[in-house]
Amino acid sequence: MSANQRLNLREKYQKFTRDLAWEPSYQKKSDIFPQTDFEGIHIHDWDKWEDPFRLTVDAYWKYQAEKEKKLYSIIDAFAQNNGQLNVTDARYINALKLFLTGVSPLEYAAHRGFAMAGRQFGGVGPQVSCQMQSIDELRHVQTQIHTISHYNKYFNGFHDWQHMHDRVWYLSVPKSFFDDAMSAGPFEFVTAISFSFEYVLTNLLFMPFMSGAAFNGDMATVTFGFSAQSDESRHMTLGLEVIKFMLEQDERNVPIVQKWIDKWFWRGYRLLALVSMMMDYMLPKRVMSWKEAWEMYFEQNGGALFEDLARYGIRMPKYWEVTVKEKERLSHEVWSTFYNYDHAAAFHSWVPDEAEMQWLTTKYPHTFDQYYRPRFEHWQSQTDKGERWYNNTLPMLCQTCQIPMVFTEPDDPTTTCYRSSDYKGEKYHFCSDGCKDIFDDEPEKYVQAWLPVHQIYQGNCGGASVPEVLEWYHLRDGEDNKDYLYSQDRANWLKWKGLTEEAERTLKAVVNG
Amino acid sequence: MVNKNNNVYIALQNNEESRPLIEAIEHDNSDARVEFYPAMVKIDAPGRLVIRRETVEDLIGRDWDPQEIHINLISLSGNVIEDEDQFGLERAN
Amino acid sequence: MPVTAMYDYQGQPKDVQANFHGNQLVYFGWDKHLMFCAPVCLPLPPDMPFGAVLTEVLPGVYGSHPDWARLDWEQAEWSLDQQPFTPDPQQSLEAQGIHHKSLLRFRVPGLDGIAGSAS
Repeated sequence: MSANQRLNLREKYQKFTRDLAWEPSYQKKSDIFPQTDFEGIHIHDWDKWEDPFRLTVDAYWKYQAEKEKKLYSIIDAFAQNNGQLNVTDARYINALKLFLTGVSPLEYAAHRGFAMAGRQFGGVGPQVSCQMQSIDELRHVQTQIHTISHYNKYFNGFHDWQHMHDRVWYLSVPKSFFDDAMSAGPFEFVTAISFSFEYVLTNLLFMPFMSGAAFNGDMATVTFGFSAQSDESRHMTLGLEVIKFMLEQDERNVPIVQKWIDKWFWRGYRLLALVSMMMDYMLPKRVMSWKEAWEMYFEQNGGALFEDLARYGIRMPKYWEVTVKEKERLSHEVWSTFYNYDHAAAFHSWVPDEAEMQWLTTKYPHTFDQYYRPRFEHWQSQTDKGERWYNNTLPMLCQTCQIPMVFTEPDDPTTTCYRSSDYKGEKYHFCSDGCKDIFDDEPEKYVQAWLPVHQIYQGNCGGASVPEVLEWYHLRDGEDNKDYLYSQDRANWLKWKGLTEEAERTLKAVVNG
Repeated sequence: MVNKNNNVYIALQNNEESRPLIEAIEHDNSDARVEFYPAMVKIDAPGRLVIRRETVEDLIGRDWDPQEIHINLISLSGNVIEDEDQFGLERAN
Repeated sequence: MPVTAMYDYQGQPKDVQANFHGNQLVYFGWDKHLMFCAPVCLPLPPDMPFGAVLTEVLPGVYGSHPDWARLDWEQAEWSLDQQPFTPDPQQSLEAQGIHHKSLLRFRVPGLDGIAGSAS
C-alpha cells in the first residue's frame, strides 16, 4: 500500500487496534491475564471481537475535543448569566445534590473499573474499547463537578460530595452497587456496567430526567448530561458487543451471561428507584412520569432488545414483570422514604403541593389517591401545626441493595415485601426475590455488606446520636438537611426573587429549628 | 408473535446541527417517527434506521463524515452499522 | 458456589451479634402502616422482657401515628420470623426465641392506617 493511499474505516480501525497487539514471548499469556478464566467464560478467538463504532484514537480526540468545547461554552454562559436564578424553583436544585453525591462518584468508579477491566482482557479490541471508556468516565466526573460547582456557591449540600458518598446511609446504595461490580471479574463487570446498566437502564436518567432539567431551565445540567450520554452511546454499543461476543464464542457462556443479566438488571433497577423519585417529585415542571418513562425505555425499547437477543438463547431478565407491577408505586415509596428520614439526608424534601398531587393523581390513577395522597395530607396537616413529622427510628435494610425495606409485595401495595435467608447460622433479610436470589448465589460476598444502620449501631459512625452521625457525614444540621420549607435555600431563593418578607419568616423558622 | 417489537431509535440534541440530520433521516426512512422533547429529539423506526452521508451532504452543502454524529448524539438502541457512507441501526429479528 | 473467586474465598460476616456491644438486633414492622416507610431496626438487650418492648420501646417508635392511641395490645396478632407467634410479656426476648436479626411483625384488626390507606 502506498503511503498516501487513504485507508477505509475498517482498515484504519484494524491498524489502530489489532496492530497494537503482540504475542508474548517470555511470559505465559495466563500469567499476564490471570483473570480471564475464573468466571467460567470460554473465549476461543479474541479477534472475533468487533467494535461496531470503529472509532480510532485520532477521531476520538477530535470529536471529544469538540464536545468539550460546546459543553464549556454553555457552562460559561450559564454562570455569566446567573443561570441558577432562572431555574423553575429552588426545590429542583435538590435533584442535583443527589446527582453529585450519588451519581458523579459512580462515574469515577467507572473510570477505575474500565481501566482494570481493560488491563485484564486478553484481546486488543476490548482493551482499546475499555481504555477509551475509562477516559470518557473521567471526563464525565470532571464535567459534572465543574458544572455543579457553580451551584455550590449559592445552595447548601454540595460541599463534600465524595466524603458523603463514602458515608451517608442512602449513598451506600450506589456505592455498593459499583463495589459489587468492581469486585467481580472483568466479564461480569462489563456485562454489569456496559450492558445491563448503560444499555438497558441509564437512558432513564440521561434522557427523560435530563430533558426535564432543560424543561426546568437548567441548561448547564442538561448539557453535561447529554454530552455524557453521547459517550454512553458508544458504551452501550460496547455492552451489546460484549454480550454478543461471549454468546457467540461458546454455548457454555450462555447460562452465565443470562445469570449476570438477571442479577445486574435487578441491581440496576433498584438503584434507579432514586431516579423515579427525581422525575416524579423533584422536577417542578415535569416532562413525563416514571411510569411512562419505564414503559417507553424498558418495556418497549428494552423489549425490542431482548427479542433481538432471543436468537442467542437469551430471555428477558428475571423479575422484569415485578418492575412492571411496581411502576405505579416506586416513586411514591421512595419519596416517602426521604420524607421519613430527611433529617439525616444531604438534600431537602417536601410535601408536593396540590397542583403536583393532582398531576400525580392523573399519572397514577390506580394508586396515588388510594395509597399515597392520605399520607401526604396527614404530613401536611402536621407541618401546618408546626410539627413537621420525621421517622425517628432507623430502618431495616435489604442486605443486597442496601435500600430500606420500603418496597411492597408485587401483588399487594399495602404490605411490605419481606424475604430472608439463613447462611452459616446468620439471618439475612431482603426487599425482594431479586435481591434474595443475588445473595443466595454468592453469600460469601454479601455477608460482608457495610449496612449503614448496622454500622451506626456498632458504633462505627461517629456516635449513637443523630447530631454525631451527621457530623461524621460532614452534614450541617439545619442547613443541608430537613424540610425545604424551613431551609436557608428557600429563604435565599425568596430573597433573590424579591420576596423579602417571606424570606425573613423562613429564616426565623430556620433559626427556631 | 403478533406484534413484533423490533424498534430501533436514535436520540439527538435538538439544535442547529441536528436539523439536517433529522431531515435526512425523514427523507431516507419513510417509517421513522420523530418526537420532540425539551432539548432532545427521539426518532424511532421499525427494524432499521439509516443516516446517509450523501443525503446529509446535499442538505448542508459540505463534506460530512458519518462519525460527526457523535457530537450531537444522545443515545441509541439497535445494532450499529457504520461505514464511510452511512450510520445505521438495525435489529436482527 | 458461595462466591465466584480465584481461590477459596471466605467472607467475614459484618453483623454478627458480638459486634453490637451486648445487644442483639431486632426488626419490627407494623403491618398496614406504611407512613413508616420501612420496618425499623433496634439494638436491644437479649434479656429485655417482651413487656418492656411494648411499654418502653415501641411507643417511641410508633407513638406519632394517629392509630397509636387506639391500639390495644390484647388484640395484636404477631409473627416471629414469618411464623405465627404469641409473645409472653414476662419472658425475655432470648427466652422466647427472638434471636439476633429476628423479624417481629404485628397487626391490630381494625387499624389499617390513615383513612384505611395502609399508610
